[in-house]
Amino acid sequence: MSGSFRTAEGGRVERARAIEFRFDRRSFRGLAGDTLASALLANGVHLVGRSFKYHRPRGIVAAGTEEPNALVTLIRDRTRRTPNLRASGIELYEGLVAESQNRWPSLRFDFGALAGLAAPVLPAGFYYKTFMWPGFAWRRLYEPAIRAMAGLGRAPSEPDPDRYLNRFAHCDVLVVGGGPAGIAAALAAEESGARVILCDEQAEFGGSLLADTESRIDGRPAWEWLAGSVASLARSPRVRVLPRTTAFGYFLDNMVALAERVTDHLANPDPVLPRERLWQVRAKEVVLASGAIERPLVFPANDRPGVMLADAARTYLVRYGVKTGTRAVVATVHDAGYAAALALHQAGVAVAAIADGRREVRGELAEAARRAGIAVRGASGVAGTRGRQRIEAAEIRGLGAATAETVGCDLLLMCGGFTPSVHLFSQARGRLRFDVLLDAFVPETAPERVRAAGACRGAFGVAPVVEDGFTAGEEAARGALGHLRAARRPVVEAQEFGTGEAPGADLGEGRGRGKAFVDFQNDVTAADLSLATREGFRSIEHVKRYTTTGMATDQGKTANPNALGLVAGMLGKPVPEVGLTTFRMPYTPVSFGTLAGPARGELFDPVRTTPMHGWAAAQGASFEDVGQWKRARYFAQGGEDMAGAVARECRAVRNACGIFDGSTLGKIEVLGPDAAEFLDRMYVNSLRRLKPGRCRYGVLLREDGFVFDDGVIGRLAGDRFHVTTTTGNAAGVLAMMEDYRQTEWRDLKVWLTSVGEQWAVIAVQGPKAREAIAPLVEGIDLAAGRFPHMSAAEAKVSGVPARIFRVSFTGELGFEINVPADYGRAIWERVWEAGRRHGMTAYGTEAMHVLRAEKGYIVIGQEADGTAGPDDLGLGWVIGRPKGDFVGKRSLGRAEMVRADRRQLVGLLTEDPARGLEEGAGVVAGAGRGPQAEILGHVSSAYFSPTLGRSIALAMVKGGRARMGERLFVAVGDQNVAVNVTLPVFHDPEGKRLHG
Amino acid sequence: MLLVPCPWCGPRPEVEFRYGGEAHIVRPADPEAVTDEEWGEFLYARTNPKGAHAERWYHLHGCGRFFNALRDTVSDRFTASYEIGAPRPDGAEKS
Amino acid sequence: MGEVGAGGRRGVHSVRPLQRFSGFGLLRHAFRGHRDWRAQWRAPEPRAAYDAVIVGGGGHGLGAAYYLAKEHGMRNIAVLERGWLGGGNTGRNTAIIRSNYLCEESEAIYEHALTLWEGLSRDLNYNVMFSQRGVLMLAHSVHEVGISKRHVFANRLAGIDSEWLTPAEAKAFCPPLRIDGGLRYPVLGAALQRRAGIARHDAVAWGYARAADALGVDIIQNCEVTAIRRDTRGAVTAVETTRGTIRAARIGVSAAGHTSVVMAMAGLRIPIESYPLQALVSEPVKPVFPCVVMSNTIHAYISQSDKGELVIGAGTDAYVSYSQRGALWVTTEALAAITELFPIFRRLRMLRAWGGIVDVTRDRSPILGKTPVKGLYVNCGWGTGGFKATPGAAHLLAWTIAKDEPHPINAPFSLERFRDGRMIDEAAAAGVAH
Repeated sequence: MSGSFRTAEGGRVERARAIEFRFDRRSFRGLAGDTLASALLANGVHLVGRSFKYHRPRGIVAAGTEEPNALVTLIRDRTRRTPNLRASGIELYEGLVAESQNRWPSLRFDFGALAGLAAPVLPAGFYYKTFMWPGFAWRRLYEPAIRAMAGLGRAPSEPDPDRYLNRFAHCDVLVVGGGPAGIAAALAAEESGARVILCDEQAEFGGSLLADTESRIDGRPAWEWLAGSVASLARSPRVRVLPRTTAFGYFLDNMVALAERVTDHLANPDPVLPRERLWQVRAKEVVLASGAIERPLVFPANDRPGVMLADAARTYLVRYGVKTGTRAVVATVHDAGYAAALALHQAGVAVAAIADGRREVRGELAEAARRAGIAVRGASGVAGTRGRQRIEAAEIRGLGAATAETVGCDLLLMCGGFTPSVHLFSQARGRLRFDVLLDAFVPETAPERVRAAGACRGAFGVAPVVEDGFTAGEEAARGALGHLRAARRPVVEAQEFGTGEAPGADLGEGRGRGKAFVDFQNDVTAADLSLATREGFRSIEHVKRYTTTGMATDQGKTANPNALGLVAGMLGKPVPEVGLTTFRMPYTPVSFGTLAGPARGELFDPVRTTPMHGWAAAQGASFEDVGQWKRARYFAQGGEDMAGAVARECRAVRNACGIFDGSTLGKIEVLGPDAAEFLDRMYVNSLRRLKPGRCRYGVLLREDGFVFDDGVIGRLAGDRFHVTTTTGNAAGVLAMMEDYRQTEWRDLKVWLTSVGEQWAVIAVQGPKAREAIAPLVEGIDLAAGRFPHMSAAEAKVSGVPARIFRVSFTGELGFEINVPADYGRAIWERVWEAGRRHGMTAYGTEAMHVLRAEKGYIVIGQEADGTAGPDDLGLGWVIGRPKGDFVGKRSLGRAEMVRADRRQLVGLLTEDPARGLEEGAGVVAGAGRGPQAEILGHVSSAYFSPTLGRSIALAMVKGGRARMGERLFVAVGDQNVAVNVTLPVFHDPEGKRLHG
Repeated sequence: MLLVPCPWCGPRPEVEFRYGGEAHIVRPADPEAVTDEEWGEFLYARTNPKGAHAERWYHLHGCGRFFNALRDTVSDRFTASYEIGAPRPDGAEKS
Repeated sequence: MGEVGAGGRRGVHSVRPLQRFSGFGLLRHAFRGHRDWRAQWRAPEPRAAYDAVIVGGGGHGLGAAYYLAKEHGMRNIAVLERGWLGGGNTGRNTAIIRSNYLCEESEAIYEHALTLWEGLSRDLNYNVMFSQRGVLMLAHSVHEVGISKRHVFANRLAGIDSEWLTPAEAKAFCPPLRIDGGLRYPVLGAALQRRAGIARHDAVAWGYARAADALGVDIIQNCEVTAIRRDTRGAVTAVETTRGTIRAARIGVSAAGHTSVVMAMAGLRIPIESYPLQALVSEPVKPVFPCVVMSNTIHAYISQSDKGELVIGAGTDAYVSYSQRGALWVTTEALAAITELFPIFRRLRMLRAWGGIVDVTRDRSPILGKTPVKGLYVNCGWGTGGFKATPGAAHLLAWTIAKDEPHPINAPFSLERFRDGRMIDEAAAAGVAH
């Protein structure tokens, strides 16, 4: 038997398929088709959770995603624990294990409930008024205590092993919600020829029809029509149906984000399936058929387990075959309360009384209730309830009456009317209108191509809702396609429960004993709202933030309408003047994993590798991340540490030759009759007079005068330049050049092409560099006199077309061989073979940095950190003179840029040559420390120089060039290290080796 | 996600583009002739309007072209796109 | 600094002493069913004239009014807020407070703020829940290690607590952090400021409002400034508002993302642009995350609120906008970054996401000082640093308005720096390497 509260027959559950599950370590049995909530209720379990603040015992209130109380942790295995899931949204599967939350040691006996005793001193916002003394106590004492009490479930302690995927889709019509309106809309749109996506958050399409055994559509019972309609939609090649898929976010230009739960309902999911999938749908037209949410009533002690929404109880009965109690009291201000009462009565649940808050009780349903022998009390409400972990009695009192009548019950149903789900419409920046009869906001106009249909637009009853949905589907199809093909309109015969009209929610606030909860999960009471308004929080946003109403994990789906009504009453203002809080994304919570998608590990960000990467890896290189690139940092051999490897690599370059992978550099081909003029305007250098076959060290400023990038500009022909950029700025420099080319100097005939990925760069540096590569080079004479420093030529290397630049970032004789990337590794290996006999050593970025620092060459991002002008970096010599305008030139003349005490590039030598400095350390004038110490600058580069056998550093120091020979200090650790200021060139200051 | 109306490629998602900042900010023809004040204005002063904004977009992962567009900064909706050098289609004063 | 209400009342308004908050007070009021709590601030009608008005009822503007009243004896003042107090960036940020900036000027201004934060709850008699749980800033590349260490060195020289942690030390400080080599961008170390932390953002606006109100400041909500009036010599004389003309010879504008709109009323263009900035929270869970973690490389920051929600910030969208809404891909990228660093959070769920408008200058540093218009003062351009600066910015804006000259701490943050090129570039050191 699947629970003693299961009806003998009926419902959509599969009676033949029993399912075992565990809740709080107890075993239960449910049926296929159950949710965890319906299965627990079938077993008579109402108490499922504890509230956030007072730890009050709480039961299942709703049958959908609006459920405020029944939050549980679902435990699949050690690594798959998901907290804060709504029991009403969890499909039962064999072996499901769930636990209640926010209680210790157990759900029934929770020490946290002591907070309830202190409740009188814990009104809304109490924490703003206390815990201020003594000063340290908040952090050390109070905060940890508050934090431990707060929170709901526990975060998993193990990394999530599941996968998540991401899909993009386009369609003519997206229909959100698969209830009667949504199905009708999808049918109409499909028949009109539109490409349709239909999604619904539940496992089954049908919405309210799933709890409707009375209505007939197109002459068939509702369930039959539903099954046929869904099947025909699923068969259509134009339609994609997505069950278990929540539309949670509405973005600009009809982009709607959907979260599809793919495997959570399966006992043994296929491991190839993702757990969830994010859909980003761009729709020409959107139909929102998101239904309506039943409103609770606010009365004293309205939160005991066994107090439920009336229509939810009817849903549990009709859809799941579950009786939610044995003896019910119904409190309502809406006809749906009667429908629930009658349904329960027919199923054999005793209905002790109906308390109708409306002054006049009339209509067929009330008559039917009376005929069924149910006591109907007009103009009455609930003044209080009894019971602890389950309701035992309700106190019913007439409006204005002095005494209440106590009616025993184990179920109290409440119905405050229905609130249209306008969340997505509002996210689409749609305007809402307050409908006085419905006592709710309904959609009006929106800037997007979106229409609301059915209950979320305020329609009530099966026939009007289907009609509305169908019309919306037709109109959406016409909007998307520009024409309409006639579709067949469904015919509905249904018994309708009233009109949807509901009076306001003022039904007993403050009258009677016990807290009258507005927001169940966050424990916000009507008295809290009242306190907030008395304390001057009159904006609804203030009330929300001060009391936290509507800020729980249900985002106030059941709480907000009542809070709004109450606050309006307290302020004496009509509801529309009080206004609404913003409906924020997401409609219901969405897994971080779903949003992050497959972006993890290597897929987090693409890894870029050079053609020679595999070679370097095989040689045991250690790599560093530079942007998306992996660059070989050093090549440790035979147990060397980094320092040892770098020292060996540096010595090899200085004494023989080294080979270095420069492929990550950005490369831009600049072509056209005005190429020279263009580059002349971009770079500080004078480039018009650069002769073909020559290259130059180029410096690029931002328009504000600060150094942005550097590189080598080689002129291959009169109209063709090969420009290199730093690795990190490759895209930025091209974008900047395109900007000026396309928007400022549109008259210039010049074209730019990024060729960074086309050329692999093999740098060979060192006194033996020429000898090493000469045997491989065809077509040019590398002799010093014929191919001097800063030459550029097109040639062949081992038969492969190449661009060879004689440039150096080490201070040694050097060549950079560019070959087509596909040949990169092959030519690298040829060069390596040829170079071995000359002592060739592979070196990485770390040695490259040391070598360039020994020469005082700056690095973009270190010395040039975006605050340095060319003169600050000692690059004044680079600026072409005489020369016209160039990017950034005007800024160099500004007051600040010409101050003598700007931070300028200098060298620093520690008095103790073995004492190393640290990059980033501050340079100070004296040996003293503390806030009074005058800070003169910072160390930008610091290394141990194998060439000099001592530590060296580059620094940016105030007025540094005038301080040569001065003794300054660098603050490292707790010590101030004495240094002498020198020129920033430590090795071969005359540059003879370059020209070797 | 914005749908940016590239005049050459049609509407494309914003991730294909690089935003180019306010449009119609003209670099002085002779920068040496302007005062520090005027140069500072050119470098940094921006209209930052709440409403129609003329701005530049660079279709980096597309046609590679810069173009101008008008967008309402409150709704984020584009109302026009036009070639660099063309006047603002809404006739509003530059900046 | 004395406490509110303790000083003499020199103002022109009849001042209503503060109804003091305390644990005993709560107990006492409990016996009366909390019926006697008064409004935390009045809802006055605007007067025809004030000595000064502050435009913008966020933390900065309300705080400026409070310090003007408390420290400069100016009590005939008003704060004009177009919507509800704290409805702008004050109520939309991720509440991180720190002072470990790079430039000396920035260090000074944020440290000034941090010092005020440390005494703020007691100064205001309002628990703003400043929780000094430490901010960990991760470095993911060799280059970033260099930048982070430069920050640490600079902070320590300036007397600001800041330390460098190895990956293992970082994990010890923040156990959920992943430091294994499997990360696409492994954690190579982190800079830690222990005095940094988070606070309850709304409470800051409310605390300042209550304290300022008790000193006689008129706080006027739903009052949008529509024009700024000036005399023949150009000095400000009044603001036009949706609730009438209000005369004032001194106007302080503290309107964050809307500063350009307000300053345009005085004919000024300010070098800021407004961008969307998104943030989100998870569903509340029991304490799992002890500190604040920030990562610049992968653009994400995270902490856990006292309520239990993980509070996560994303990067700014790239374009100017007042829409208070950004693109979904910015959110998904932030969450990809967070779940990469903290894979145990992948099954947690996003509960609520929102957008703010941040006003950003070219050097990522604020503008706080006088303007070319006499009597008009501006406080803007805080970018993502606005919340942490709140008490400092408020204090310095009050000083600047009262004395008609900047305090030495905010003097470098002038408008003139854009003309002279004297930038305070915090983004600079983020420059890329080789």
